Amino acid sequence: MPLNLLKFALSKRHPEPPFFRQPDYLNPSYEVVIIGGGGHGLATAYYLAKDHGITNVAVLERGYLGGGNTGRNTTIIRSNYLTPEGVAFYDAGVKLWENLSQELDLNLFYSTRGHFTLAHTESAMRTMRWRAEINKKMGVESEVVGPETVKAAIPQIDLSCGGRAPILGALYHKPGSIARHDAVAWGYGRAANRMGVHIFQSTEVTGLEIRQGRIHGVHTRRGMIRTSKVLSAVAGFTPRITQMAGFRTPIVVHPLQACVTEPLKPWLNTIVVSGSLHVYVSQSSRGELVMGASLDPYEVHSTRSTFDFVEGLASHILDLFPFLAGIKVVRQWAGMADMTPDFAPIMGLTPVKGLYLDAGWGTWGFKATPIAGKTMAATIANDKPHALIHAFRLERFRDFELTGEKGAAAVGH
Amino acid sequence: MKLLNCPINGLRPLSEFAYGGEVREPPLETSDAQWVDYLFNRNGAPGIKREWWYHVPSGTWFIAERDTGSDQVIKTYLWGEV
Ligand SMILES: Cc1cc2nc3c(=O)[nH]c(=O)nc-3n(C[C@H](O)[C@H](O)[C@H](O)COP(=O)(O)OP(=O)(O)OC[C@H]3O[C@@H](n4cnc5c(N)ncnc54)[C@H](O)[C@@H]3O)c2cc1C
Repeated sequence: MPLNLLKFALSKRHPEPPFFRQPDYLNPSYEVVIIGGGGHGLATAYYLAKDHGITNVAVLERGYLGGGNTGRNTTIIRSNYLTPEGVAFYDAGVKLWENLSQELDLNLFYSTRGHFTLAHTESAMRTMRWRAEINKKMGVESEVVGPETVKAAIPQIDLSCGGRAPILGALYHKPGSIARHDAVAWGYGRAANRMGVHIFQSTEVTGLEIRQGRIHGVHTRRGMIRTSKVLSAVAGFTPRITQMAGFRTPIVVHPLQACVTEPLKPWLNTIVVSGSLHVYVSQSSRGELVMGASLDPYEVHSTRSTFDFVEGLASHILDLFPFLAGIKVVRQWAGMADMTPDFAPIMGLTPVKGLYLDAGWGTWGFKATPIAGKTMAATIANDKPHALIHAFRLERFRDFELTGEKGAAAVGH
Repeated sequence: MKLLNCPINGLRPLSEFAYGGEVREPPLETSDAQWVDYLFNRNGAPGIKREWWYHVPSGTWFIAERDTGSDQVIKTYLWGEV
C-alpha cells in the first residue's frame, strides 16, 4: 500500500480513470432527461440502463453531482417505518443497499450498526410497540427493548437524561445502517455513465417545453433538449419545477441542519435517535459524531445554517451524553428538505404527460436512493407506476388517502 | 433573519416567535377539487409571501411580508392594517 501510494504520487498520468466523462455538448434529443444529479436522479439513470436497456439518457445537474441533499444528509438507513406501504418500500430498499458496494464496485462504507429510537414517555412507548408489531408482521427485524438493553449497548448514555426525560425503553432495529453519501451518487453516476448515460454538471434546467398537456423538451442554460420523458428528481427545488410545469403540490421547503464534532476514538457503535429530545447521533468511520435535529420551523429556500440550531442540539445531546461537554463541533451545514404533510414521498406520474416526479423526500430520502431509482426507472420505462409506489402517488391527496408516516419519520430521518 | 419586528412589541429575537404559514383564503365555493387544493396544496416556490407569525410571550398574531428565498422581512403589521 505505501509503495502504491508513492507510485501514485510520482506518476505523471493520473493512474485512476475519472469517474465519468462529461460530453462537450448536449445532444439535441434524448429518450429520457433526468433533472437533478443527486442520488435519486443518478440511481434512476443507472436502473433505466441496467434493468430496461434505456441508455439514451441525460442527467442534468445545476451544480455538482451529489451537491444537494445527497451530500448533506446524515445517512441513516432503516426500514422500521409505521405504515405497511412505507415498511414494504423501505425494506425493499435496505435489501438493495446490502449488495450495493459490490454492484457498483465502489466502497460505500455501508455499515450496519443497529438503530435505537429512544422513548421518554408512555405515548412514545406506545408508538414504538405499534411500529414493532407492524415491522414484525412485515418481516422486518424490529423490537421494543427496555432501558437495560439500551445501557448495555451504549454504556455512556445517561438513562435519566439529567433527570429531565428518563428513558423508558426504545425501538431497536438491527439492520439500521449508515453509508458514505457522496460515494452513492458517484457510484451510481459512474456505473450509469459506463452504460452510456450522459451526465452534465453545471447545467440548470430553466424551463419545460409543454404543449397540449404533454412534455416535449427542457430548456437549459446550455440550450434546449427535445425529449418525451422527463423525470424531476430535485428534492428541495421541486416547487420551482412544478411551478414551471403549471401544477400545484403540497410540498413546502424548510431547511434541515446537521453538524459534526471533531473526530473521537470509536465509542458509539449504534445509531441513537430521540424523538422527544429532537436529536440523533452516530459515529462516522472517521470518528466524528454526526448529529442532527428536527426541521427548521419555517420556510426558507437556502442552505444557511444558524447558531440556534447548534445551541439547541448541543443542549439535548448533553442530556443523553454529558461526557461530551468538552467536545468541539467543527462543521455545520444545511439542506433544503421538500416536506409533505404525511411524511411520505410523492412519486410517479403527474398531470403533465411524460413528466414524472420523484420528490417529497424531506428529511428521509437518502435511504430510499436505490429503491426510488429502481421503482422510478420502471415507472418511466413502462409509463405506469411501479406497484411499490402506488401509495405515494400525487393523487393520494385528492383521494384523501394520505400515508400517515409522521410517527416514524418526524425526527428519526 | 434573527430578529423580527412585532407590530406591538417592536424588534424581538426570532426565538420568541412561531411561524403560522402563508396567509390563504378558504375557497368561497367548495367543489371537491377546490377544497382539496385549499387543504393540501401550497405555494411552495420561493418568493415574497404574506405569512402569519405569532409573538409567543405576548400572544400577538400578525402578518409578515417575507422573501422566502433570501429570508428578508419586508414589513410586518397587524391583520387588517395596510
Ligand atoms: C441535514 C439532512 C439530514 C438528512 N438525514 C437523512 C438521513 O439520515 N436518512 C435519510 O434517509 N435521509 C436523510 N435526509 C434526506 C435526504 O438527504 C434526501 O431526501 C435525499 O438525499 C434526496 O436525494 P435526491 O437525489 O432526491 O436530492 P438531491 O441530492 O438534493 O439532488 C437534487 C439535485 O437536483 C439539482 N437541481 C435542482 N434544481 C435543478 C435544475 N433546475 N436543473 C438541474 N438540476 C437541478 C440540485 O442541485 C441537486 O443536486 C437528510 C437531509 C438533510 C438536509
